Amino acid sequence: MSADAPTESQAKSITYCGVCSFPPEYCEFGTSAAKCRDWLQKNHPELVAAVYNPGAIIVESSSYFPYHEHILISILFPPEAVEAAMSNLSVDAKEKAVKAEEAASKRAEKEAAKAEREAAKKASSRVILKRVERTKRKHVIVVSGLEAFGLDLKKVAKDFGKKFACGSSVTKNPSGGEEIVVQGDLSDDILEFIEENYSVVPVDNIDQVEDKKKKKSEAGPA
Amino acid sequence: MFKKPFPHPQKSKLKSSAQRAIRQRIATEFPLLAPHLDFIIPKKSQLDVLKLPDRISLYSLDGQVLFFQHFDDQLIPHLRIVHQYPDCFPIIQTDRGATRFILKGAHLMCPGLTSAGAKMVDGLEKGAVVGVKGEGKENACLVGIMKMTSEEIARINDGVGVEACHYLGDHLWKYVGE
Ligand SMILES: [Zn+2]
Repeated sequence: MSADAPTESQAKSITYCGVCSFPPEYCEFGTSAAKCRDWLQKNHPELVAAVYNPGAIIVESSSYFPYHEHILISILFPPEAVEAAMSNLSVDAKEKAVKAEEAASKRAEKEAAKAEREAAKKASSRVILKRVERTKRKHVIVVSGLEAFGLDLKKVAKDFGKKFACGSSVTKNPSGGEEIVVQGDLSDDILEFIEENYSVVPVDNIDQVEDKKKKKSEAGPA
Repeated sequence: MFKKPFPHPQKSKLKSSAQRAIRQRIATEFPLLAPHLDFIIPKKSQLDVLKLPDRISLYSLDGQVLFFQHFDDQLIPHLRIVHQYPDCFPIIQTDRGATRFILKGAHLMCPGLTSAGAKMVDGLEKGAVVGVKGEGKENACLVGIMKMTSEEIARINDGVGVEACHYLGDHLWKYVGE
């Protein structure tokens, strides 16, 4: 290496947002702007002023629902403040920025509503451990519904396989979704394992069911 | 390139000769980065190569993607590298309006690079790897390849000026290796 090569790393250290993973200055373009701001306030209060100057459009999440959007903007962002914040932008960009900011607040509202819906969906979605009979005394457990909690099915399947030393794979089910098939009669053990290792899944949302014996047994004499 | 999700890639170790070749290429393509290479890819480290569909290869160290390339084209740095060594890459600026589209994966059209809020770096060749940041921002949000020279972008001012390769929030950005 040449003589002027640095002797220690000169990499610039960057703080990334703990919510959306962007550099905080780009949080406004993400889908969780309000949450991002709370995170920054909590974890890097020294950066808040630089990232959110007075014209920034992120509105306190608690206060912005009840108001109508344009009233809100004029209350929270008096023209002087917006002006000052934008004096470092080009004239052409100012107009665009104002428009973009209006759109952004609308979007933020939508996102918040969407996040709420998703949380509700999460709370109501069920994980089903279905015990299916393979032969007379052998069973497999079909685990479905984990994807609703944002888990990577492949990884979870692998974890099951490792933990229980058995075959465990992701398969497509007829309705188009994906589920994990664990080879072995392990319903209770899986329940316990999920409880211990995947805290995102509330235990109350897990159902253990016995497969209604299909075809053969139904067709055969009871 | 990474707008759509990609399947979990096959990981394999890079042979030491291939690793030397990659280092060499990075040093040639990004001469300003050469002095920092020992910190980005320490001498005794082991690079992995991850093969993706459409002949895209990711080069990663300890689960962190450092560079990627399509087929045998230019090596392109991961945005994290551009954030860490912003002075080692040409960084151009787009106006504020274009930033939102970049983060949706759009290619960068010339007007977004010639308007009042934009700043071009002069003398860039077609095919050069550039970082792109939004007006009023400090860090890059896109790594792309020049589809025209700097001069052509100013003169023609139409069509795609920079091809988007990797942007904040795409699936490469979200990718977590192991
Ligand atoms: Zn964020």
